[in-house]
Amino acid sequence: MENPGGSSLPAFLELQRTRVLCKADAPTHTEGFQYSGAFAAMGVDTSVSVEKFCSNFKIEINRLTEEDMEFDMIGVDASIANAFRRILISEVPTMAIEKVFMVDNTSVIADEVLSHRLGLIPLDADPRLFEYISDDVPNERNTIVYKLHVSCEKGSQRLTVKSGQLEWLPEGSQLTMASPAQSGDNQRTYTSFGQSQQNTSERPLGVKYKDITIARLGPGQAIELEAHAVKGVGKVHAKWSPVATAWYRMLPEVVLLKEIKDGDAEELVKKCPVNVFDIEDLGNGKKRAVVAKPRACTLCRECVRPTDDQVELRRVRDHFIFTIESTGALPPEVLFTEAVKILEEKCERVISELS
Amino acid sequence: MDPQQPEPVSYLCGDCGAENTLKTGDVIQCRECGYRILYKKRTRRIVQYEAR
Repeated sequence: MENPGGSSLPAFLELQRTRVLCKADAPTHTEGFQYSGAFAAMGVDTSVSVEKFCSNFKIEINRLTEEDMEFDMIGVDASIANAFRRILISEVPTMAIEKVFMVDNTSVIADEVLSHRLGLIPLDADPRLFEYISDDVPNERNTIVYKLHVSCEKGSQRLTVKSGQLEWLPEGSQLTMASPAQSGDNQRTYTSFGQSQQNTSERPLGVKYKDITIARLGPGQAIELEAHAVKGVGKVHAKWSPVATAWYRMLPEVVLLKEIKDGDAEELVKKCPVNVFDIEDLGNGKKRAVVAKPRACTLCRECVRPTDDQVELRRVRDHFIFTIESTGALPPEVLFTEAVKILEEKCERVISELS
Repeated sequence: MDPQQPEPVSYLCGDCGAENTLKTGDVIQCRECGYRILYKKRTRRIVQYEAR
């Protein structure tokens, strides 16, 4: 592998620099070379610069659907990849139900548990259209109001309450405050909307999935409540996390150290539970093992047990296979760009702090 | 609450679920089925919860 500096390291050092070796007992060379002059004696400059980053960095999208994506992030340190993962989980904001005003709940599910369940329902609302709630004053720019009004008739079948039955109230709360209103004064509600939310976004601000079971009602039971959703981040409570999860793994590299033939090849193929290896026919009954799907490797290390002299398992140090599973408020690719923006903001804060 | 004028309170029977209105001094018994366990109704006053 050629270095951007021009000169190259001896092969064994280059391997240590760019790969993590996964031996049967433990991985070796796990720590990256952070120091810019680590190989200065050999005339190799490993310092970090924007130019080097720009020429090395690459993103390749492998899969992209409405709710999840997988892409390769090549040419970054693990710390950066991890920063994106952590920001995605805990710092990209979403909307989630935070306050529940319970008028009636005669179901078997306790008020607190019901509220908790409501909080976890993913909402189909773009958080970028909203502000964080401040001073506890709910208005049309920071709160979405939902109503749940369900009852099960006496003598009828047991009823399942689904998230689709949550009704969006674009005009704000319909519940009036208990305090005696002054005569002539409008009855105060739990929100102070200046205008309707009807035109806030193109889609109605409903729930993302209409088939989530909230509760079950027996005959004669009823639930009547109002739920207020606000903007928040995952580090306050996991209900605001925009991802089911986001994770990465380093690119596996499986190398055959010597030619593996016939019986040994069959044995190796059988050993691997995820079918990394395949058999190549060499004609006249001869066979040879080849590495067919190194990406599938889960690092179970069955192939390097009991001896690791025929296969070597490695991981590419600066190549990350990143997966994002969105909960629905924003598509996964948008979540990632939001995460990049948040990291950028943090960097700017550090720079302004230092200058 | 005025202790001089006892408000009739409605209860639900623990057995048949029928609604019973009782005043102070009334026998605690369902008028429909005679069951002696009655439950107080849940308040309709708004209770606020945090969804956490």
